[in-house]
Amino acid sequence: MGLSTRQDIEALVTPFQVHRDVYTSAEVYRLEMKHLFANTWVFVGHDSQVPNKGDYYTTQVGDQPVIMVRHSDGEVKVLYNRCPHKGTKIAIDRTGNTGKFFRCPYHAWSFKTDGCLLAIPLKKGYDGTGLSETESAKGMKAVGAVEVYRGFVFARLAPEGIGFAEFFGDSLSSIDNMVDRSPAGRLEVAGQPLRYMHRCNWKMLVENQTDTCHPMVAHESSAGTAVRIWEEMDAPEGTPKPAAMQIIAPFMSPYEFFEEMGIRTWPNGHGHTGVHHSIHSAYSEIPGYMDAMTAAYGEERATAILGENRHNTVYFPNIMIKGPIQQLRNFIPLGPDKTLVESWIYRLVDAPDELVARTAMYNRMINAPTSIVGHDDLEMYERAQEGLMSDGLEWVNVQRLYREGEDFDTTAEENGTTERQMRNQFHAWVKFMTASMPRDAAREAAE
Amino acid sequence: MSVATTDRAVTRDDLVDFVYDEVRMLDEGRWDDWLKLWLPDGMYWMPLDYKQTDPIHETSLMWEDQFMLRLRVERLNGARTFSQKPKSRCHHVIQRPYVDRIDNAAGEYVVVTQMHYVETRLDDQMLLALTARHDLVREGDALRIRQKRVDILNCDAAFGNIQLLP
Ligand code: FES
Ligand SMILES: [Fe+2]
Repeated sequence: MGLSTRQDIEALVTPFQVHRDVYTSAEVYRLEMKHLFANTWVFVGHDSQVPNKGDYYTTQVGDQPVIMVRHSDGEVKVLYNRCPHKGTKIAIDRTGNTGKFFRCPYHAWSFKTDGCLLAIPLKKGYDGTGLSETESAKGMKAVGAVEVYRGFVFARLAPEGIGFAEFFGDSLSSIDNMVDRSPAGRLEVAGQPLRYMHRCNWKMLVENQTDTCHPMVAHESSAGTAVRIWEEMDAPEGTPKPAAMQIIAPFMSPYEFFEEMGIRTWPNGHGHTGVHHSIHSAYSEIPGYMDAMTAAYGEERATAILGENRHNTVYFPNIMIKGPIQQLRNFIPLGPDKTLVESWIYRLVDAPDELVARTAMYNRMINAPTSIVGHDDLEMYERAQEGLMSDGLEWVNVQRLYREGEDFDTTAEENGTTERQMRNQFHAWVKFMTASMPRDAAREAAE
Repeated sequence: MSVATTDRAVTRDDLVDFVYDEVRMLDEGRWDDWLKLWLPDGMYWMPLDYKQTDPIHETSLMWEDQFMLRLRVERLNGARTFSQKPKSRCHHVIQRPYVDRIDNAAGEYVVVTQMHYVETRLDDQMLLALTARHDLVREGDALRIRQKRVDILNCDAAFGNIQLLP
C-alpha cells in the first residue's frame, strides 16, 4: 500500500468517517507502532508494583518490550528489555527483584538498574576493538522520557516530542479524583490483572469505552436477565439486592440516562463519559469511608471528591480508568487484529477493605474472560473485525451528534451519547501518527 | 448422592459419583438440575492467581453466589445472547477423584478432582487443565456444594472467552 507520508494517513480519517484500513491493515499497524506509540505518552504501570529498590516489572509500550524498575536512587526507570550485546531479553518474568544490577543470562554482561553498563566478563577481549565507541557499550537503553504522575508511570519512547503536562492537560483531573478517593492520597495495586485476549484491533476497545449506545443493546442478555430474575424473585421490601444487581443491572439504564450523563472531551484524544452522573453513582455507601475521608480532607472537600462520578476516562492512546472504582484497563496492541486487555485494580490506602472488594467484584463481573458482560463485548469486536473485511463498504461511521467544524483543541461537554470522543481520538491519531512523518512535497505542490 | 436412604453413611463412592454426575450435567447443559446441587449460600470460585488465597479483595475469574450462577445459566438460553449464537459446547474428562475428607459425624466432605475441560464454539476449541475442589455437605438424603474451587493450570495466561462452566 505504501503509506509513507502524512497525506496518506490523513486520507484515512474524515471528520465523521474512518477508513477500515485503520483497523485491518498491517501497514497501518506497523506505522502506529513506529509513530503513534512513540510520539504519545503511554501507560507503563503503577509505582506500587515496584515498591523496593531493584523491583522490576516487564511489559510493553506499543510493541516495544520494556522493564520498569526502581533504581538505587529510588526513581522509577523504564528501559528497553533488550541486551545491548545480542538482543536477549534481560528479564522474562513479569515481576521480580534484580538486586543492584541486571545480569544478562546469555554472556553475563551486567547493568546498573538505570541501564548503564557495569561489567563484561573477559573484558580484555574487547581491548582495541572500539567497543566503547558503540551504542552497545552504553548499556540498556532507556525510553525517551518517563513521568510518574500520582503513582502512574507513563513513558514516551521518542526522545523529543510533546511534554507530559501538555499532552494530558486537564484530563489528569480523572487520575486526581481516583487517587484523592484514598484518605492518604495513594493507591496500591491489588492482586494480579485480568488478561483477556481479543481478536480485534486495539482501537475498537478504546472507542467502546465511550460508546454509550451499546450497553442496553449488547448487554441485554446479562443486565436485562439480571433485572428479570430479581423481579421474579419478588423479594420483600428491604431485601438487600444481590451484588450482580448493583454492578450489572445499571447497564440496562435507558438512553436518556446515558444522554444526560454527558461526555467531556479534552485535546489530544482524551475524554470521559459521566460528567454529571454515571452507572457508578448509585453504589451503596460503605461504613466508615466517609468518616475517613472527612478526617483527611474536611467535609466540603471530601463531599466534592466523592460527588465526582466519572464513568470511563480514556487516556489516549490506549488506556481507560474508572475513578470511582479504581480500575485501569490497558489495551495492549499485539497485531492489527489482536489485542491483549489487562484490567488492573487498586486499593485506596487507608480506606475500608469493602471498597477494594467492590472493585474486585466489578473487575471479575464485567471484564474477565469468564464475564457474561465481557462475552458480548468481545463478540461485537470480533464480529466487527471480520465484518470490516467486507468490500461492500470501506468506511466506518462515527457521526452521531456530529456538527460541522468541530474543534478538538478545546475542551467540550456534550450530550452523553455523542460519538465526539471517538472523533477526538481519530483527530489525535492523525496528529501523533504524522508528527514525525515527512510531507510529500511533490504531491503537495501538485494538489 | 441421590441415595434413597437417609440413615446410612456417605461413602467414597457416593462422593465420586457426585462429581461424575455434576460434570455430566454441565456437559449436557442440564442447568436446572445443576443449580439444585448447591446450598443457597454456596460459592463458585475460580482464582485468577496461582495458589490465590483471597477471593474477595483481589480479582478472581469467578467468585459467584447463587444469584450470579442462576443469571449465568439463564442467560445462556436468551434470545439476545449474542455470544451464544451459535452456542458453545463443553466436555469434561475427569480422573478418579481424590476423596480428601469424609466426616460423616459433621456431614462434611472434600473431594479434589483433576480434569481436562474442552470448550468449543464455531471453529475454535480450547483445552484447560483443571483441579476442582468440592466442599460438600450432607443435607438430608442429598449432598450439596458449599464451595467449588476450580484452579486452572495456566490461570495467569491470557484467555479469550470462557463461556460455559468448567
Ligand atoms: S546477549 Fe546479553 S550478554 Fe550476550
Ligand atoms: Fe460493553
